[in-house]
Amino acid sequence: MNPIALILFFPLLGFAVNGILGSKLPKNVASWLGTLMVLMSFIVTLGYLNQIASDVENSIKWNAYTFLNIDGLLFKASFALDRLSIWMTLIITGIGTLIHLYSISYMDHDKNPAKFFAYLNFFIFNMLLLVLGSNFLMMFFGWEGVGLCSYLLIGFWYQNPSYGHAARKAFVMNRIGDLGLLLGMFLIIKNYGSLEYADVLPAIAQGNGGTVLLTSIGILLFIGAMGKSAQIPLFTWLPDAMAGPTPVSALIHAATMVTAGIYLVIRCQALYSLAPMAQELILWIGLATAFIGALIGLRQNDIKKVLAYSTVSQLGFMFVALGVGAYTTALFHVTTHAFFKALLFLGAGSVIHGVHERQDISVMGGLKSKMPITYVTFLIGTLAISGFPLLSGFFSKDEILANVFHHNIFAYIVLVFSALLTATYMFRLLFLTFHGTFRGSDYSLSDVHESNWKMTVPLIVLAVLSVFGGLLNLPHYIMHSGGLLSNWLNPTFLIFENPIHAEMSTEIVLISIAIGVFLFGLIYSRNQYITKGLHPESPQSGMGNVLKNKFYFDEFYDKAIVKPIEFLGDILFSLFDTLLLYGATFSVHPILRFVGQLNRKIQNGNIEYYLIYMVGAIALLLGLNLLLA
Amino acid sequence: MLSIFHSLEISHYIYLSTVLFSIGLFGVLFRRNAIILLMCIELMLNAVNLLLAAFTEYMGDKQANGQMFVFFIMVVAAAEAAVGLAIIVMVYRNTRKTDVSFLDQLKDS
Repeated sequence: MNPIALILFFPLLGFAVNGILGSKLPKNVASWLGTLMVLMSFIVTLGYLNQIASDVENSIKWNAYTFLNIDGLLFKASFALDRLSIWMTLIITGIGTLIHLYSISYMDHDKNPAKFFAYLNFFIFNMLLLVLGSNFLMMFFGWEGVGLCSYLLIGFWYQNPSYGHAARKAFVMNRIGDLGLLLGMFLIIKNYGSLEYADVLPAIAQGNGGTVLLTSIGILLFIGAMGKSAQIPLFTWLPDAMAGPTPVSALIHAATMVTAGIYLVIRCQALYSLAPMAQELILWIGLATAFIGALIGLRQNDIKKVLAYSTVSQLGFMFVALGVGAYTTALFHVTTHAFFKALLFLGAGSVIHGVHERQDISVMGGLKSKMPITYVTFLIGTLAISGFPLLSGFFSKDEILANVFHHNIFAYIVLVFSALLTATYMFRLLFLTFHGTFRGSDYSLSDVHESNWKMTVPLIVLAVLSVFGGLLNLPHYIMHSGGLLSNWLNPTFLIFENPIHAEMSTEIVLISIAIGVFLFGLIYSRNQYITKGLHPESPQSGMGNVLKNKFYFDEFYDKAIVKPIEFLGDILFSLFDTLLLYGATFSVHPILRFVGQLNRKIQNGNIEYYLIYMVGAIALLLGLNLLLA
Repeated sequence: MLSIFHSLEISHYIYLSTVLFSIGLFGVLFRRNAIILLMCIELMLNAVNLLLAAFTEYMGDKQANGQMFVFFIMVVAAAEAAVGLAIIVMVYRNTRKTDVSFLDQLKDS
């Protein structure tokens, strides 16, 4: 059996078993089965790591099936396990396993955990399709599949109408982006006659296709990425997606699915390297998202919303890296972000569990004595994302900043400011949740409890990864032969990426700025929320209110897009439905009724009349026949 | 060998069956007694039978295809009479009438 088939098989099996038999299985069996299936995929993938590592050309391919053959244009289910996809697969299945394990305990009180695990396994399957597919078609297939799973899981507690609404919002926003992705794929088919990466990308790298074509394809594919990876202007679904259970937020809306857009751009590295306009667009969209996401995160009081805006902002960082052509750096940040953001979300879930399903940080505070493991791991996550020296986030963010510094100084300044905001809102969250005095009114601190081992083990593992994740790609000034990830990925690029080797003095300045930014965030938040003991609900200035209301993005979309569409719908309804359709049908039906009433007189129930009609008709036909003959 | 049928012209057979068929047809159209209706249908069928037998003979068809049809028609007529009479008996038991004009109860009044 092909290893790729094996990797894909386990989550699908878990989905099938839990989906079909779920309600009949005992809760424990269903949840452990789901977890085990993802773990199996992880182990299988690890088993082939050596083979992939030995040589760049050593990728495993699998041509499963040909859907269609239209005049030589093949639509195939083909897969490849190469250096990029195995890296993504390890993140997906590895972090996936931890989050599944965590979910066993988190979903313990739910009525139907089997359904939850079925969806979660199906998500893993689709995500694997997305990264393992070796053509745009399979990628798109997985892309839609993860969108579906995201929808199902956001609306998992669908009894609450606002959760169902959030699920629909996520689905619709993603569809808008998918339209761009589809159009990009159509352009590729039209101009390259294939959807296989192995056909299209080398053709692009060899210079087939003008700048206009490459730029349009690049921008269209990026629109898809904007939807999936929650970039401005399509980002408002992600904070709402926090309606789903917290493990879902950790797995789908932080670690894996939302990074699909970054994966797509890295996969199409050859295309974007030759389309500088598209790259420039990615840079500025990413920059705006990083900055605005971080600003909004400053004034949110829902523990998950803060993390959601943080995710939006961090995804912006990754796109900035892509925009300046630092593809490896972007993947590095995807990896470290997957570690520390999954950690933070799971930590938030543990807090939510500990304080009995409360999410508002204004009723928390001082939880560190009651939840020591959660506190320490959350602290590590906060330090990592804020860029504490030598933790994973420090290296990846520093690499992005260094790359941007060499590209565009204005973008660098904005990004540094975003990093400063990141440190500020993260420490605000940490201090308000775990430090200071307890602010709860309808429950007491003694009710708060630490979570059990199934929840703390993933936290500890992820904390360790968040600390040491930086080792995956040490910067040039520490390791002169280049980081692990750079050496891993760079040979696979069709167009060589020139690594930036800054002067030692520049590096030192950049690192000092990064550390300064971290310290500022820490000290500012400490001053505000510990020394001054500011209450999160304290009255806000004008700007504070704007931030609290998320720059009125939702209101703006409502007024600028939803309302006009509703208005148009009303007009069309009164014009076409009421006037045209109803008018037409209601004017025709009296005629039909009249004719019917005439006709029913013929059918009076007396058999002799029927016989007379019959004989008369036959006589008529015969007579006509005679006449015409 | 000249068959006994040939002692008459074919036209005689045609006239006779036309008369029989017409009697049957008008009986079906204008009588209301269900039993008479059935009898008239038999009459029409037999008019056709007669014509088939005569034509077969005059066409000199050695395989007698037309006369085979006669047997089929007889079988069908017998079956139809059996079913029809059974229906009439049931109708009579329920309504004490054999008048077909009474059977318009399913009509939306």
